[in-house]
Amino acid sequence: MSKKMHITLTVNGKEEEFLAEPRELLIYTLRERLNITGPHIGCETSHCGACTVTLNGKSVKSCTMFVAQADGAEVTTIEGIGGPDSLHPLQEAFKEHHGLQCGYCTPGMITRAVKLLEENPNPTEEEIRFGMAGNLCRCTGYQNIVKSILAAAAEMNAAKEAAE
Amino acid sequence: MKDDVENREDRVANLKGLGCSRKRVEDARFTQGKGNYVDDIKLDGMIFGDFVRSPYAHARIKSIDAAAALEVPGVLAVLTAKDLEPLGLHWMPTLAGDKQMVLADGKVLFQGQEVAFVVAEDRYAAADGIELVEVDYEELPVIVDPFEALQSDVVLREDLDPNAPGAHGPRKHPNHIFTWEAGDKEPTEEVLANADVVAEASMYYHRTHPCPLETCGCVASMDKVNGKLTLWGTFQAPHAIRTVVSLISGIEEHNIRVISPDIGGGFGNKVGAYPGYVCSVVASIVTGKPVKWIEDRMDNLMTTAFARDYHMKGRISATKEGKITALQCHVTADHGGFDACADPTKFPAGFMNICTGSYDIPTAYLEVDGVYTNKAPGGVSYRCSFRVTEAVYFIERMIEVLAIELDMDAAELRRINFIRKEQFPYTAALGWEYDSGDYHTAWEKALKAVDYEGLRAEQAHRVEDFKAGKTRSLMGIGLSFFTEIVGAGPVKNCDILGLGMFDSCEIRIHPTGSAIARLGTISQGQGHATTFAQILASEIGLPADSITIEEGDTDTAPYGLGTYGSRSTPVAGAATAMAGRKIRAKAQMIAAYLLEVHDDDVEFDVDRFVVKGAPERFKTMKDIAFAAYNQAIPGIEPGLEAVSYYDPPNMTYPFGAYVCVMDIDVDTGVPEIRRFYALDDCGTRINPMIIEGQVHGGLTEALAVAMGQEIAYDDMGNVKTGTLMDFFLPTAWEVPNYETDYTVTPSPHHPIGAKGVGESPHVGGVPCFSNAIQDAFRPFGNRHTNMPHDHWRIWKTANALGLHD
Amino acid sequence: MIPAAFEYHRPKDMEGVLAVLNEHGDDARVMAGGHSLIPMMKLRMADVPHLIDLQDVGGLSGIDISADSIRIGAMVTQADIIDHAELASVAPILREAALQIADPQVRYMGTVGGNVANGDPGNDMPGLMQCLDATFTLVGAEGERSVAARDFYEAAYMTAREDEEVLTAITLPRPQGGYAYEKQKRKIGDYATAAAAVQIVKDGNVCGSAAIAMTNLSDVPVFSEAAGAALFGTSVDDTALKSAVSAMLDDIDPTEDNRGPVAFKRHVAGVILRRAIERAWSRA
Repeated sequence: MSKKMHITLTVNGKEEEFLAEPRELLIYTLRERLNITGPHIGCETSHCGACTVTLNGKSVKSCTMFVAQADGAEVTTIEGIGGPDSLHPLQEAFKEHHGLQCGYCTPGMITRAVKLLEENPNPTEEEIRFGMAGNLCRCTGYQNIVKSILAAAAEMNAAKEAAE
Repeated sequence: MKDDVENREDRVANLKGLGCSRKRVEDARFTQGKGNYVDDIKLDGMIFGDFVRSPYAHARIKSIDAAAALEVPGVLAVLTAKDLEPLGLHWMPTLAGDKQMVLADGKVLFQGQEVAFVVAEDRYAAADGIELVEVDYEELPVIVDPFEALQSDVVLREDLDPNAPGAHGPRKHPNHIFTWEAGDKEPTEEVLANADVVAEASMYYHRTHPCPLETCGCVASMDKVNGKLTLWGTFQAPHAIRTVVSLISGIEEHNIRVISPDIGGGFGNKVGAYPGYVCSVVASIVTGKPVKWIEDRMDNLMTTAFARDYHMKGRISATKEGKITALQCHVTADHGGFDACADPTKFPAGFMNICTGSYDIPTAYLEVDGVYTNKAPGGVSYRCSFRVTEAVYFIERMIEVLAIELDMDAAELRRINFIRKEQFPYTAALGWEYDSGDYHTAWEKALKAVDYEGLRAEQAHRVEDFKAGKTRSLMGIGLSFFTEIVGAGPVKNCDILGLGMFDSCEIRIHPTGSAIARLGTISQGQGHATTFAQILASEIGLPADSITIEEGDTDTAPYGLGTYGSRSTPVAGAATAMAGRKIRAKAQMIAAYLLEVHDDDVEFDVDRFVVKGAPERFKTMKDIAFAAYNQAIPGIEPGLEAVSYYDPPNMTYPFGAYVCVMDIDVDTGVPEIRRFYALDDCGTRINPMIIEGQVHGGLTEALAVAMGQEIAYDDMGNVKTGTLMDFFLPTAWEVPNYETDYTVTPSPHHPIGAKGVGESPHVGGVPCFSNAIQDAFRPFGNRHTNMPHDHWRIWKTANALGLHD
Repeated sequence: MIPAAFEYHRPKDMEGVLAVLNEHGDDARVMAGGHSLIPMMKLRMADVPHLIDLQDVGGLSGIDISADSIRIGAMVTQADIIDHAELASVAPILREAALQIADPQVRYMGTVGGNVANGDPGNDMPGLMQCLDATFTLVGAEGERSVAARDFYEAAYMTAREDEEVLTAITLPRPQGGYAYEKQKRKIGDYATAAAAVQIVKDGNVCGSAAIAMTNLSDVPVFSEAAGAALFGTSVDDTALKSAVSAMLDDIDPTEDNRGPVAFKRHVAGVILRRAIERAWSRA
């Protein structure tokens, strides 16, 4: 065991302070310390993306980040993307287009897709497949995930146009 | 449900019953990060366990010293076989009638085997403790080849009497597990010896792994005050786990509650009972605290439940015209260090005897030899019914090889050998009775959809261009026609550990016309909460949205054998329909009483009972539900509940026709899937949206297995593919879009005619992808080349055919 | 997969980094994005008692483009490379290569400095930087020094960087002519089965210069001077392509792994290089 560090994190808009060993992985901080269990653990070697969160504006695999590195950071998880009264269009679209089955990859998948659409609000199917390639799904074969993201993009663009 | 809906079509739509693409009720929680998977469970005082694992594939354990580990702050205990032995828990029974070490007892038989269980206050202390457990190993000769195992003087299983028979009969060698036969040996040999044409092939269906995104794990909590054990875990068969835990621990079954929470994919990986479960239970009993064990990805790939690993040798004979006359198959099955295959007891090679496929083959013989090696135990059905992927791969390759031998088009060869529609129910040469099928219709539809003749013309043109040096790309057309055998199964021939493979459903209708139904199965992503409610909605006339489906808690759900082998719809789905019919039967009596007519004078109509000939006189199911709780009806008990335990009379036999078009870069071995068409016939379609999703997923897992997914060992028994860098799970980038299609041939014996679909695309997909690769090289003399078709193996095929010269 | 415990350091400046390195020597490792190091620590294949996180050290994240050279700070990520419009126009091969590294999440974290410094033969940037004749800036207690990318790699995970030094920047001349980064891999997220970086200058109708480097075909990246020389002065016709490939094959030394045996890798290396040269030449 090594010396514990004082850590400050802003998670889904809420500031959290605690002492932790620097080797604590961010995914465990979220899941076990803060009880934010949306992000999951799939591969532990940064291949599957089930643990994806947004950290300081970047999509990050939280299994490959020490909490010490995240000290001072702003983190958004699936829980911060939309809830029962305010579903994000991506959450709606995944439900509508059967973009999930066992649900295990879904939080990381949607969290990544939110960022993808921020960066590219009007992606082609190919751009979605490339931009989502850091998230593995074992159930859906991706076809309906791609469909969900395309649908959400269309929905978000339409809403934006209507607002303008 | 709106009571004023009177239009019959609207009333049907309102139910969201059979046949509609109802959106999934599971998705609200999953899309919001509110699923409840086993690793999300957090109990007061919970501690963690993890394993010291063997770095060697075969070694004697001379000593284990845990002293330094116990010094690590937070480490509470280190369990070894010696600690489990007084409890009789250092070994456990396997599903295949063998036994398996829970913790290494004197030796280890595969790399990654569980040697000691470190229990600590948190994961970090456990991990640090593991590093400090000193194990003194004496390395022993390693055998990773089953053929070598059968010749070797090295005895892997010293615990077994080499002369005693195993669970499935006599053994030929200390490393031999069983020989299993089906069909007629001599007649088959005779036909083969006198045939016009005989084609032969040897093929290795490589070892792979189901690799769900969530690994296996559990939380065991022994409440010593009340004497109750609660075990949460990634269990595809929670009731069977309860029985197994009771049998091996001696805790009475009523004092054990097994709960499968949300499961992050199973695909067969979560059928078995693993040492982690046993050690967690023991650790909880010893410490009095809840104990969590979650395997990491390397543990998962290296130790829990491999699939396949079949060396298959076949011969097939035909007349000059291409009518198949006989099939013979021998399998050398590598089962690893313990025989822990998950198969019904009487079927040590699963349903490999479905290997005559979709063809009318008059004579056949199958022989399977199971063998011990220094590899991990398992042998589960990875997204398939028991060993059906192997069987279908075998026959679909044999057909292709026979087509080469006959110099015939492989689609045509299939067509002339399909079991004809009028032959069903059809008894195959290896014993199964196929319930129904219409193969020719499906095949014609598929070939037409892809313009098969056009594709062949394009391919011929490509070959010319290739030979003329105009292109370095070849085109492959992969065909596959499969028949699955799912829905295990009839209790007369299917059991696991003596437990008949029926399944169950219990329904309670609430007074206000909503309901809860509980089943013995457990969803791992299949959407049971959505589809089983649809079955019930159509059966009992209450909207699916008013029906809660609950599974996975053995304290509340009726006993069932769980979800794998596409058995949920064929077995539990049937139980659901049958329980629904019991509800309806009682509802009919209540309705008749309320309408003041004889029972026979009312009939069911969508969501109500109406008086025959007077449709304006009716009682809705909602009215009836309320009446069941508020009226004293003579001769009828209050309440509206039913339970059904369904023992299926037969398996179901879904089938399908797949076509894949691939372009292959001969110089790099890189394939590109241009098109994939999948026609599935799963009988009655409960929810087309979910069926399509299952097909996409199954095909993608097929693509993975066919094109690269492999558990590979080196000669020392080291696993070479232990992380997702090397174990191939395709990303969205590598996966094509699939075209799906269907025909509907209902099962004649299933209450709603459904057959199961989740595994068909995997079973049919693997040979289809493989055949596409092999077909591309057929014009250059390729007969058979083994999977996985990763770049270098494709390149090797091209190279061996002289295409790089 | 839980790493062993370590002390975490997050210095604000290079002086602070060097102080920790100086104090702990071999026991200290600097970390940029961590996507190579952290998995190794989790698998307990890397023992790092003192981890120095460079994220707060100033001056390491810039991309500076001058008239004749480009300077890339060590903490510039692959995503930064991909998103930098000016860089994409003056040195498009960097973007083409970066897009073929790992996956989106990893590219947000993975840095160019980390990729070139850790000496993993699977990494793409080392070969690329050799092709582009980049120079690495190393800072140590003794001050700053430069080492050419082509001289930097000694063996797998062994480089010219001393344990107490930090790689802070990469400087390269503005690339001239046509380019291509061609990579064969099993899937997104994989290392190369074979990859080739080619930068080629067209002088009239002939090749005025060519630089060629190969990735994951030896225990170090392979800058094949002879392959480049084989193209020089030719019209990059079939004969020239063949001799470039043959020269390259003399320089590589692949080993068998899960991606395939040596014969396959050598064959693919030849095919990939040929395609890279053809593509680069078409852009020259």
